[in-house]
Amino acid sequence: MAYFRSHVLVSVDPVCVEKGAYKLIDALQDELVKQGLVDEVQVLETSRIGDPETEGIDLMVYPEAVHYTNLTLDDVPYLVEEHFLKGRVAERYIRESEAFTDEELSAPQSKEVRIVLKNIGEIDPLNIEEYIARDGYMALGRVLTEMSPEDTIQEVLKSGLRGRGGAGFPTGLKWRFIRNADGDEKYMICNADEGDPGAFANRRVLEGDPHSVIEGMIIAAYAAGSNKGYIYCRAEYPIAVRTMKTAIEQARNFGLLGDDILGSGFSFELEVRMGAGAFVCGEETALMASIEGKRGEPRPRPPFPAQKGLWEEPSNINNVETYANVPQIILNGADWFADLGYKKSTGTKTFSMAGDVINTGLIEVPFGITLREIIFDVGGGIKEDKKFKAVQTGGPMGGCLPEAFLDLPMDYEALAEAGSILGSGGLVVMDEDTCMVDIARFFMEFTQDESCGKCTPCRVGTRRILEILTGICEGKGKPEDIDTLRNLCDQINENSLCGLGKGAPNPVKSTLEHFLDEYEAHIYEKRCPAKVCKSLIRFEIIDGLCTGCTLCARNCPVDAITGERRQTHVIDPDICIKCGICEQICPYDAIEIK
Amino acid sequence: MPTVKSLDDLKKIREEALKKQQIKETSGKTEVIVGMGTVGIAAGARETLKAILDMIEKDNLSDIIVRQTGNIGLDSYEPIVQVVLPGQEKVTYGKVNPEMVRRIMKEHVLGGEIVKEYQVES
Repeated sequence: MAYFRSHVLVSVDPVCVEKGAYKLIDALQDELVKQGLVDEVQVLETSRIGDPETEGIDLMVYPEAVHYTNLTLDDVPYLVEEHFLKGRVAERYIRESEAFTDEELSAPQSKEVRIVLKNIGEIDPLNIEEYIARDGYMALGRVLTEMSPEDTIQEVLKSGLRGRGGAGFPTGLKWRFIRNADGDEKYMICNADEGDPGAFANRRVLEGDPHSVIEGMIIAAYAAGSNKGYIYCRAEYPIAVRTMKTAIEQARNFGLLGDDILGSGFSFELEVRMGAGAFVCGEETALMASIEGKRGEPRPRPPFPAQKGLWEEPSNINNVETYANVPQIILNGADWFADLGYKKSTGTKTFSMAGDVINTGLIEVPFGITLREIIFDVGGGIKEDKKFKAVQTGGPMGGCLPEAFLDLPMDYEALAEAGSILGSGGLVVMDEDTCMVDIARFFMEFTQDESCGKCTPCRVGTRRILEILTGICEGKGKPEDIDTLRNLCDQINENSLCGLGKGAPNPVKSTLEHFLDEYEAHIYEKRCPAKVCKSLIRFEIIDGLCTGCTLCARNCPVDAITGERRQTHVIDPDICIKCGICEQICPYDAIEIK
Repeated sequence: MPTVKSLDDLKKIREEALKKQQIKETSGKTEVIVGMGTVGIAAGARETLKAILDMIEKDNLSDIIVRQTGNIGLDSYEPIVQVVLPGQEKVTYGKVNPEMVRRIMKEHVLGGEIVKEYQVES
């Protein structure tokens, strides 16, 4: 085999071709012949390197990994002589190649299993070849050449894959509904409207491994008999949108999207639609309304999207993570996937871990793992050696679970039974310094703000709950509040139109159940046990510890602290705004929160 | 831009993509560096480089990267060849002609033993 000491990868992205990339390749080849280097240097094509709009025709030289940009034909003789003959990097065009790093995703912890995240940080998302080198689109190849749509549905059903958006509906079954539904056109929709605060797993997949989602969608479309798909992504994810658009274009150029894919006769088109960032547009009927250009509001179901969805046609909606699992299931087999999970929840789930845990960030673990393993083994435990208090799963509509639930094997059913949800995989860990009433109020503030206002229980009910919770936190709680809250929670849950309203009471309901004592302390004793609610705490200077150094008095923004030098100081509670500055700066720990 | 028309096309693209990945992979490989400054070329560095490449090709050697470098300031010792085994210090050889290349490649690059008599202090 011929040995080449150096390889040149020239980008043949359509934009580069437009600018003359193939002419440059010919010129390079001619110049290498002329300078007697043609046996030593090999010129190859690659799909994309930099941004062709700003960097023009570009190429990478290996093994040095030097990136040359904005090249013209006139540059070729100089480049060949300098770089390939004399071995000097031709500085006129060089741009340092950026090492591919991923700051959001750390190396997998021992209990992690990565399927959806396996390529992230490993491949260049803007280069389809790197995905193909890791068996990308081979699953699609298998499905289109060896499997019927029904075989494909059977395989996915056998794997036990369930919707990763949170509801957990069997994915294969959904596809079969679409297949059997009557309609002129059938639509595949990818829900990439990841709105939960703190959740970012879908964004990382879209940005880091866009082709896994595209491949999953094509396979799903083949199985369900659809020829048109939409990826609905929120506009707050500009990099994800750009990456997906580039990836779709590359797939189309390779013939993996469009007409007659892989010569199978099957055709599929895909485009990205952007949402304006309303939380409710993650709900499937609101999402479809938004794609149609209407106001993003949910509508009653039935009819379900599988019967009458987008533009009144049968439509399949799956989450980013669901689609990203599909190629791996086809490649490795349904049994492999099913073996990974626990009971009726197979495979893995990504979680965006946040809060008072040491290793925050994105993780992927098999179902059946306990919350304790997630928080203490993968997450490394609670920050600053504090005590664990609660964990909230599933985003702002999830419940807060106390320590008693830590050894529960995680799956869709177990979490629902415990009064929480799996949701899109948010995981907020709270330590002993968290006030559960305040947390419930915080989440209610979010859902109340995001309620679209279409149905009364959600619009008015969440506002009432928020008012009561704010009152309790401010020390104005009344004994009857607890019953009113319970009643409101049930009413909103039962009568709301969509999942937002149905889920909104979860944080309140679960904290009322597991942390009732904190509510009672706030209401009856006007005391916040975690010392968070400002109206219920007061700052006091401990006589004996205070040396009268005057540091606190000098730093108090409202001059609430008085006292003579070398005498114990006093805080005037009527002036104090409870900002906590004195407590933070006191060198003698003489300030106590009561 | 290749268009994928069948599963075989796709497999072919995968093979090519894998090859390109190997090209990009440089860790764990032995580097052989040839000085290609004007002095080096005048002293016969092209022949030295060719001898290295020939040997790699004929003996089908793998995991070796051949790089070029400019003038390193040892004009009287050109052609210069430097060898870096993974995780080891750079070793510099001077006045390397094609015959010497065979020994350096065999004893140092493959065998791991520095050819002391050709070595120069850089």
